[in-house]
Amino acid sequence: MTTSPNFSISRYAPERSAWRKLTARDSIVRRLDWLMLLAALALSALSTLLVYSATRGRTELNHGDPYYFLLRNVLNIGIGIALAVGTVWLGHRTLRGAVPILYGVSVLLTAAVLTPLGATINGARSWIQLPAGFSIQPSEFIKITITLGMAMLLAAKVDAGDRPYPDHRTVLQALGLAALPILIILLMPDLGSVMVLVVIVLAALLASGASNRWIAGLIGAGIAGCVLIWQLGVLDEYQINRFAAFANPALDPAGVGYNTNQARIAIGSGRLTGSGLFHGSQTTGQFVPEQQTDFIYSVAGEELGFIGAGLIIVLLGVVLWRACRIARETTELYGTIVAAGIIAWFAFQAFENIGMTLGIMPVTGLPLPFVSYGGSSMFAAWIAIGLLQSIKVQRPLSA
Amino acid sequence: MTNIPETGRTSRVNVRLIIIQILVFSLLLTLGGRLWYLQIRNGDEYTAEAASNHIQQVVDPATRGSILDARGVPLADNETRLVVTADRTQLMRMKDRGKAVLGRLADVLGLKADEVAAKVRLCDAKTPRPCWNGSPYQPIPITDEATTQQALQIRERAEEFPGITAEPTPVRRYAGPGKSNTAQVLGYLSPVTDDEITKAKNTRSPLLRSDQIGRSGLERQYDSVLRGTAGVTRYEVDNLGRVIGKAKSDKSQPGSNLITSIDARVQAIAEKELDQAMKDARKEFDKNTGRNYKADAGSVVVMEAKTGRVVAMASNPTYDPNAWVGGISGKDYKQLTGKDSNYPLLNRAIQGQSAPGSVFKAISATAAVNAGYDFDGKYDCSSSYSIGNEVFKNFESKGYGPIDLGRALEVSCDTVFYDLAYRQWQKDGGNNPKHPKDWFYKTAHQFGLGDETGVDLPNEVSGRVPDRQWKKKYWEANKDSWCRQGKDDDSYAGKIAKENCESGMRMRAGDSVNYSIGQGDTLVTPIQMATIYSAISNGGTLYNPTVGKAIVSPDGKHVEEIAPKSHGKLPFKGDTRDKLDSALAGVATRGSAAWRFQGWPQKQIPMHAKTGTAEVYGKQTTSWFTTYTKDYTVVMTISQGGTGSGASGPAVRKIYDALYGVDDKGHIDEKKALLPRPEAKLPKIESDGSIEAQPIGAGRRKP
Repeated sequence: MTTSPNFSISRYAPERSAWRKLTARDSIVRRLDWLMLLAALALSALSTLLVYSATRGRTELNHGDPYYFLLRNVLNIGIGIALAVGTVWLGHRTLRGAVPILYGVSVLLTAAVLTPLGATINGARSWIQLPAGFSIQPSEFIKITITLGMAMLLAAKVDAGDRPYPDHRTVLQALGLAALPILIILLMPDLGSVMVLVVIVLAALLASGASNRWIAGLIGAGIAGCVLIWQLGVLDEYQINRFAAFANPALDPAGVGYNTNQARIAIGSGRLTGSGLFHGSQTTGQFVPEQQTDFIYSVAGEELGFIGAGLIIVLLGVVLWRACRIARETTELYGTIVAAGIIAWFAFQAFENIGMTLGIMPVTGLPLPFVSYGGSSMFAAWIAIGLLQSIKVQRPLSA
Repeated sequence: MTNIPETGRTSRVNVRLIIIQILVFSLLLTLGGRLWYLQIRNGDEYTAEAASNHIQQVVDPATRGSILDARGVPLADNETRLVVTADRTQLMRMKDRGKAVLGRLADVLGLKADEVAAKVRLCDAKTPRPCWNGSPYQPIPITDEATTQQALQIRERAEEFPGITAEPTPVRRYAGPGKSNTAQVLGYLSPVTDDEITKAKNTRSPLLRSDQIGRSGLERQYDSVLRGTAGVTRYEVDNLGRVIGKAKSDKSQPGSNLITSIDARVQAIAEKELDQAMKDARKEFDKNTGRNYKADAGSVVVMEAKTGRVVAMASNPTYDPNAWVGGISGKDYKQLTGKDSNYPLLNRAIQGQSAPGSVFKAISATAAVNAGYDFDGKYDCSSSYSIGNEVFKNFESKGYGPIDLGRALEVSCDTVFYDLAYRQWQKDGGNNPKHPKDWFYKTAHQFGLGDETGVDLPNEVSGRVPDRQWKKKYWEANKDSWCRQGKDDDSYAGKIAKENCESGMRMRAGDSVNYSIGQGDTLVTPIQMATIYSAISNGGTLYNPTVGKAIVSPDGKHVEEIAPKSHGKLPFKGDTRDKLDSALAGVATRGSAAWRFQGWPQKQIPMHAKTGTAEVYGKQTTSWFTTYTKDYTVVMTISQGGTGSGASGPAVRKIYDALYGVDDKGHIDEKKALLPRPEAKLPKIESDGSIEAQPIGAGRRKP
C-alpha cells in the first residue's frame, strides 16, 4: 500500500462500509472518468434505438421478432460494460502480465478463422460461428491484444528507467508481434481491420517515442504495401469494386455503388432534424443493406438528421478527448501507449465507418464503435473503455 | 521506478501525443463538415431522391369526357372494347424478337402475320405505315375489335402469349348520330409523344405513356378539359418493391363533358347538302375551261346570327374520324394525308381561304358610304369600265344604267364598284399616294378580314387583305423571281411577272378596282364571312364564333357556360345597316339569288343573301353564297364549283327548309322544323351528372 502523506488519513480512519468505500473521495468510482463513460453509455443507448429501427422490419433477419436485435444489442452492451468493469477491477497493469497469454489466445482464434471453423460473411472470412446463432470476430480482440502487446514491449525498458526511448531491437520485436496477426487477417481478407491495426501500430510507435525513422519507415512501408497489394492482385473482385465505386460514386448505382448511394440518399434526406425515429423511408424500406452493422450511421442520419448524426460525432469526440487527456496525464509509458493505441483505433475506425457512409471513404466492413450492432465489436470497445479508465484510476504511484 | 521523475514524460512523447490529438479531431471535423454538406447543403436533392426511391405509382387513366350536341346527343363518347395490346419491350427481349408470339396472335385474331408485325414496329422516316409512332414503352394496340372468345383464348393461354394482353378498355367513339359526321370539327386523338410527356411533366395535368391527346378540332381545343386527371395511387415500397404502405393518392377524375352548339340533325343535312351540291356541280359544264366543274372542296357554316354559335360546320372532302381509334392503319393514313388525298383532315370552314367574289360587295358598299358616297345616290351601272387601256367587264351582270348602291348589290353590278374604287384610288393620290385614306381596305379590316375570328377551333387561318402594306411586303419577297421570269418571257405569265417586277410594290388602279368586287389577292375564310353576315344580321356585332357552348363537370354540378364574345362592331354610319339589310333581302327576292328562293315565305322569315363567284388564276371559279335570316347565317362555298347561286344555292335553300320546316310550296310546318329558333337552353343535366339526349329523329323532316 501507499505511504504517501495524501493517503495517510485512511490509515487512522475506522473501517468503512462498502458504500462509503465506493463513494469516498479517493475511491475508484470517484476517480473514474465519468464524462467518457457517460458519452460511451449514450452512444450505446443510441445504438440500441438505431439497431431497433433498422431491424424491426427485417423479418428475414430477425426471425419474425422485431425485438430480436434490440434485446441482443442490450445484452451485448451489458456484457460489454461487465467486461469493462472487470478490466478496471483487474487493472491494466495486472493485465500487463497476462499479455503473452491474451496475445497467444487471440492470435490462435484469428488463425482459427481460416480453418473450417471460420465463416465467410460478405466476402471476408472473419467470423467464428458458435452454437445458438452466436459468432465472434477475433479481429476485434486482436486490436486490444496488439495494443497491449506493443505497449508492453515498447514501454518495458523505458518504464524500467533503462532508456528514454525504446531501442531498435524493441521496436523490431513490437513490429514482429503486430505483424503476425496482421498477416493472418490480410489472408481473410479483411482489409478494414488490417488498416485499423496498421494505424494502431503507428500510434503505438508514435506514443512510445520511437525514433522518427521508424515512423517514417512504417508509413513508407504502408504505402508500399498498398501498392504491392494492388499490383499483386491479392484483392478480391468485390474489394476492387468497392474502390472503384468510391472513386466514382455514379458508377453502377444498382450494383457496386448501390450501398453507398442508398446510404448517402438516406443521410442526405435527413436534413436538419431528420424524419423522426422509425419514420425514415430509406430505413423502413430497407434500401440500405447491412444497416444495423456497418451502415448504422445512415439510420441516424436519416431519422435523427444533422442534429442526431452530429451528436454521435460529438459523443465520439468526447470519448476521444477524454482518452487523449488520459494518455497525456498518465506518467508511465505503458499506459500512454495503450491509450494512444485505443485512440487511434476508435478515431480511425469511426472515421472510416462514418466516412464510407458519407461517401468520403471506400467501403470496408468496419463497425462504428459503440453504435454498430455486433457482440465482438461492442465487447472490444467496452474493454477499451475499461482499459482507459484503469489507466486513469491507477496512475503510477511513487513507491 | 524511483529514478523516473513524477512527470515521467519526455517532450518528444508529449509533442507526438498532441499531434495524435490534432489528427483525431481533424478527422472528426471532416466528418462533421461532410455531414453538413450532405444534409444541410444538399438535403433537398437527397430528399427528392429518397421519395422517388420508395414511391411507386399505379396509374388509373381517366375517362375522357364526351362531346355532345346542343340537344345532348353524343358526337364523341367512349365505348368499352376488348383491346389486344403488345408490350414491345418484352417482345424485343425474346430470341426471335417476338416473331413466334405475334404469329400465334395473328392466328387467334384472324389477321395476317406481317400485318400484326408491322403494327409493332416503330415509325421513322423510312418506315411506311402502319407503324407505331407512340412511345416504345407503351403497350401497342394490335386491335380494338377482339371478340370475347379471342380475348379469352389469349388470357387462358397466357404462357403462349407473353407480353400480350387483352383488356376491356374505354375507346373513343365518334357516334355520328343521325348520319352526321362532324369529323373536322371534332378532330381526333392520337398517342402522346415523349416530348409531350416531358413538357407536361410538371404541369397540373401530367401525361401518361398510355394517354391519347387531341390532335385537331374540339378534341384538341378542349383537350385539357376533356382529358380529366388520371388517378395515381402511390405506394411506399421497400427495396424489393414490396408494398409497405400507401402514400398520398389521387383518385382519377373523369374529364368534363363538352356541350356544343352543333345540332347533329342540322349538321347531317348540311353535310349531305354540301356533298350533293358538289356532286351536282361536277355535272355542270364550265364554258371558261371547257370541261365540267371539278368541285374539289367545299364547306358550309350554319351560325346563330345573334350569338356567333356554330350550329353546323361541314367540310368536304371528309373522312371517318373513327379511323383514328385504336391506331390508324397504313392505308387509312395514306388516304387522309397523301398527295392525292385532297387533304380531308383540313377543316375548310376555318382553314380554306379564297377570294370572296361579290359577297365582298357588302363591305365595299359600307366603305363607299363611309368614304362619303350616298347609299341612295345614283351610280352608273355600265356594262364595262375602262381605266387607261384596261377594260374591266361587268362580270356577273349586264348594264343597268344609273342605280343606287342597294340595287347595285341586288344585281351585283361590278362597274358601280369599279367606279367608286377608282375614284377613291385617285383621291388617295393614284400612283403617287399622299396620306391615302384607303377606305376600302380600312373597312375590310374593320369587318375583321385579315384576322382570325377567334373561333374555338385550332389552326384557324387569317385570310388576307391586300392593302398597301401587304403589297410592299409581298413585292419585296417576290421581286427577284418576278424580275427574273419577266426578263425574257413573252408569254402571258411572263408579262404579268414583268409588270409585277416593275410596279408590284405600288397599289395600282387595277388592283383597287378588282379588290372592290372581291377579286384579286383578297383571301377570306367561310367562317369570316359567316361572322360578318351574322353581324349585318344582328345589327353590327362581330362575334367570335363558338362551337363549345358549356363545359359540364362529370358530376353535373358545375356548368361553365361559354358566353358569346365579341371582337368588334361593324363600322356602320347612320342607317347604312338597314339599307344594306334591305338590299340583301332584295338579292333574295329579286336579285341574283331570287331564283333560288322562289316560294320562300319571305314575310314570315325575311331572307337575305349575297352571291359571289370568285375567279382564281389557273382554276375554275369559286362559288360563294352568303345568306342570313334574323336567327341564322348560312355560308357555303365550293372551290371550282361555278357561280354562287348556281352551285351553292339549292343546298343552302334546303338547309333553311330544314331549319324552319318550310316545304316546297313555301308553307311553314313548325312540327317539321328542326330548329325554328336557336337552341338557347342547355340539355337537361341529371343529378348524377349524365346529360339527357333528345331523340335524334324528333322533328326531323321526312325525306
